[in-house]
Amino acid sequence: MSERDNILGRVREALKTKAPRPGTHDEDNPLPEPPASGARQWLPHAGNQFKDWVELFRKNAADLKVDFVMVTSSDEMRQALIGLRDTEGWKSAACHSGLLPDAICPALGLLMVHTDKHYDVNALEACDVGITECDALIAQTGTVMLSSRRAGGRALSVLPPHHVVLARRDQLVPDLPTAFDLLKTEYGENLPSMISFITGPSRTGDIERILVLGAHGPKKLTVLCV
Amino acid sequence: MTVTLFIPCFVDALFPRAGISMVQILERLGHQVVCPKTLACCGQPAFNSGYWDEARPIASRTLETLKDAEAVVIGSGSCGAMVKKFYPELFDGTKHAKLAGEVAARTWEFSDFLVNKLEVTDLNARFPARVTFHDGCHGLRELGIKTAPRTLLAGVRDLVLVEMAEAETCCGFGGTFATKFPMISTAMAEVKCASAIETGADYIVSNDSSCLMQIQGLVSRQGGKIKTLHLAEVLAQQ
Amino acid sequence: MSSYATKFSRDARRATRDRRLRETISTALHNYEIARDERQTAFQDWQTARQAAAETKWEALNLLPQHLASFADKLAVRGTKVHWASTAKQACEIIVGIVQIRGARSIVKSKTMTAEEIHLNEALEKVGYEVVETDLGEFIVQLRHEAPFHIVFPSMHLKRGEIKELFQSALGDAPSDNPEELTMVARRALRKKYLAVDVGITGANFAIAETGMVSITENEGNARLTAALPKTMITLLGIEKILPRMSDLALFLPMLATSGAGQPMTGYNTLYGGPRQFGECDGPEEFHVVLLDNRRTELLADPQQRDALHCIRCGACLNVCPIFRNVGGHTYNTTYSGPIGSVITPHFRGLQEWKHLSAASTLCGACSEVCPVKIDLHHHLLHNRRNAAKKKPSGREQFFYDLWTSLVNHPFVWWLGKKTGWLFQPLHKIVRGSPLDPVRAWTKTRDLPPIPRQSFKDWWRKRR
Repeated sequence: MSERDNILGRVREALKTKAPRPGTHDEDNPLPEPPASGARQWLPHAGNQFKDWVELFRKNAADLKVDFVMVTSSDEMRQALIGLRDTEGWKSAACHSGLLPDAICPALGLLMVHTDKHYDVNALEACDVGITECDALIAQTGTVMLSSRRAGGRALSVLPPHHVVLARRDQLVPDLPTAFDLLKTEYGENLPSMISFITGPSRTGDIERILVLGAHGPKKLTVLCV
Repeated sequence: MTVTLFIPCFVDALFPRAGISMVQILERLGHQVVCPKTLACCGQPAFNSGYWDEARPIASRTLETLKDAEAVVIGSGSCGAMVKKFYPELFDGTKHAKLAGEVAARTWEFSDFLVNKLEVTDLNARFPARVTFHDGCHGLRELGIKTAPRTLLAGVRDLVLVEMAEAETCCGFGGTFATKFPMISTAMAEVKCASAIETGADYIVSNDSSCLMQIQGLVSRQGGKIKTLHLAEVLAQQ
Repeated sequence: MSSYATKFSRDARRATRDRRLRETISTALHNYEIARDERQTAFQDWQTARQAAAETKWEALNLLPQHLASFADKLAVRGTKVHWASTAKQACEIIVGIVQIRGARSIVKSKTMTAEEIHLNEALEKVGYEVVETDLGEFIVQLRHEAPFHIVFPSMHLKRGEIKELFQSALGDAPSDNPEELTMVARRALRKKYLAVDVGITGANFAIAETGMVSITENEGNARLTAALPKTMITLLGIEKILPRMSDLALFLPMLATSGAGQPMTGYNTLYGGPRQFGECDGPEEFHVVLLDNRRTELLADPQQRDALHCIRCGACLNVCPIFRNVGGHTYNTTYSGPIGSVITPHFRGLQEWKHLSAASTLCGACSEVCPVKIDLHHHLLHNRRNAAKKKPSGREQFFYDLWTSLVNHPFVWWLGKKTGWLFQPLHKIVRGSPLDPVRAWTKTRDLPPIPRQSFKDWWRKRR
C-alpha cells in the first residue's frame, strides 16, 4: 500500500459522513452548476464595451503604478520604447522571439539577451529591462496574464528591474472569468508549465505596512498596447 | 398582548433598574407583562464552557416555563442569543428539540421586539445627553441587532448619538473568559473604553448589561467620568 | 492545565502589558480594515461571492479523492514527481531526500505556513543545509530566529528601527531605517543567493484538480524567482488546498487578496504545472510536489468542523480578532494563530493540550463574519470546548455548574443567594484585591458593580 493509497483511503473513510452545505442543513451534494460560475455577477463590474475596458485597465494601472500607454501603430510603439530607453537610461535589454518583439526591439539599438533557447542567467541579471509579450490584459484588475511559452520563459518577466509588456488591443479582455476561458481555448490540454497573473510591479508592505516597490521582482512595469 | 419578560440572573441581581425600565415601557405601550418566578437563568455559563450536559437542566426548566408564552422578551443580547440560536442546537436530538425551536421562534431581544415586532420607534422618551452605543456581540452577530437600538435612540428627544470607532468590537466580557483570561479581557475593555471616551459622550449605552458591567468596571477603576446605562433605562426616561 | 496553556496565559499577560506592541498591531490592522472595506464594496455582491466560495470548497472536499487523483495524475503526465506524506516526519524525510539526491548546496524558500507546520527548516538544517527565506517578512524573522508573527504579515510586530539594527548586525548593511532602503538591502542580499541556488522550496495557495497545477499567490516576486531559477523546485501543500477547476480562481484570487490584504489582486498569482517543458527556455529540471496529510484527514472526519478545511489562509480572522490584536501571534505559540489556529490546532496537535486556545475567546463572532469562505469559526471554538469537556471534564467546573443549577432552579435559594451577596458586600471590600479575594481575577483590574438591596424580583414581588 503506497502512502497515496493510505491517504486516499483515510479521505474516503472520513467522507462517509456528510457535512451540510454551508449556510444550510442540507447535505445533498450535486450542486446544479459550479458554484463559482456566477462569478461575473459578484466580482467588481468590468463594463460591456471595449472602451470601458480600456478605461478600467487605465484606471487600475494608475492605482497600481503601472505605466500604461495605448499606441496606434508599430512605429509609435517603437518610439515609446526608445523614449523609455532614454528616460530610464537602459544600457542593455532582454527579450524573446515573437511577432511584436521581433518588430519592435531591434529599434532600441541595445545589446539584447534573447531567452528563447539557453541563456546565461547572469547576463539576464545584468539587463536593465526585460521585454515580453503577453497572453492577455485583464481590465477588471489591471492584470497582465502571460505564460512561460509566450513570454520568453519564467525569469525574463521577473528578474530585470523593469518589465515592459508589448500587447495588442485584441488581447484586452474584460475580466478574470474571460481570461481563464481564454487559457482553455488557446492551450487546450497543452498548458505551459507556468502561467502568471501580474498585477502591478513587485511590492511589499512587510516593514510597518509601508508600500515599497521592487521587493524582488521588477520595480517598474510598463504596458505598451498597440 | 401578554409579554413574558425574561430578566436574566445578573440583571435581576445586579442591574434591576434595567428590568424595571423594560416593564414600565411595555406597560406604557399597553401590554401585560408577566415574570414567572421560576425564570432565572438561560444556562449560558455552563453552555459556553462546553458543559452542555450540565446546562440542560437549567435550560430545559426555562424552556418548560416559556412553553405557553405568547411572546418572550429577553433583556439581554447574550441570553437572547442563547434561547433563540443555541437552544435548538443544545436540545438537538433530545425530547425538547421541537419545543426549543418553537420557543426560539417566539423570542426576541428587547430592542428587536419593540422595533420589529411591535413596530414602535417613538416611546415619548426624553434624555438630554450625549450618548454612544456599544453593540453587544451576541446581539449583533447572533441575532443581527444593529439598527433597532439606534432607531429607538433616534426617537429620544434631546439625545445626541455619536458612534465610536470600536462600536462593534467586543468589550472583553465573554462570561467566564473575563476571569479565566483577565489580562486579555482587561486589554479589550481598555480599547473599548478609550474609543468611547474619544467620542466625548456622557454615557455608554448598550442592550447587554454584562457588557456594561465590564465597561463600567474598568471606567470606575480608571476614575473615568463616562457613565454606563442600559438601553431600556434611557428609553424609560420621560 | 497543560504546559502550553500555562505558557499562553503567561505570554498573554506580558503581551497585553506591552502597549507599544498593541499600538503597532492596532495601527497596522486599522489600515488593513479601511482597505478591505473599500475592496469589499467594489464587489457587486460580496455576500453571494462568499457563499459561492464556501460552496466551491464544500464541493471540493466532498469529491476530494477524485480531485486529488486528478491533480496528481495530471501533474505526473507533465513530468512532475508527486509525493504523498501522511505525517510531518514523512514530509520532511521526502524533502530532505530530494535535496540530498539532487546534490544541493544552497536552498531558497518562499513563504509557506505548511513548511512551518512540519518544521521543515529545522529538518534541513539538522543535516547541514542552510535554508534562506526569501519573503521579506520571513527573511526578517528568520534573521531574528523568531517564528512569523502573523500568517500573512510575518514581521508585523517590528518597527523600522528594529529592522535597521537587525540588518546592521546580521548583514552589515543598513544605510538607514527608511523602509525602501531596507527593502533594497534585502533584495540585494537575496539576489546573490538566487543566482547561485540549487533548490527552491515553495508552498501553494491552491491545487487545481482539473489541470494539475499549483497556484501560488504573492506580492514580492520571490516565489516566481524561486520557481524560475533553481534546477529543482519542490512545492509542499496540504491536501485540503484542492480547488476543482482553474476557473474557480477567477473568484478565489480576488477574494483572497481582498480579505487577506485589502488589495483587489495580489501582485503575482502564478500557476505551475510541471518542470521545464519541451520548448521552454528555463525553469527547473525537476519539479516535486509533496502532498501532506498530517491529521487533516482527522479534521475531515468531523462533519461538524470539516469546513475548517475550507480555509484559504487569508488571515482576515486574525486581523479582526480582538484577542489576536491584544496578544499578538507569538502568544499562541503554534504555527496557526488567531481564530483559525484556535479551531484547528486541537485537531492537529491534541485537544486537551490545546483547548486553551478555544477557551481564550469571547465568541464575539467577528471572525466568522469576515471569513471569505464562511467557516463557522466562533461556533467551532464552542464545539472544541464541548468536545474537550466531554472527553475530560473538570470536576471542579462540573461541581460549580451543578451548584449553579441548584441555586437558580429554586426561587427561594436564588433569593437567599442574592441576599447573602448583598450582606457580605462590605466584607468583600476588606479582602478586595488580596489573595483572599475570591474574585481577584476581576477586581485586580476592574471594580465590581454594587449589589443593590432590592433585586428585580424583589421589586416585581412588591408590586403585586
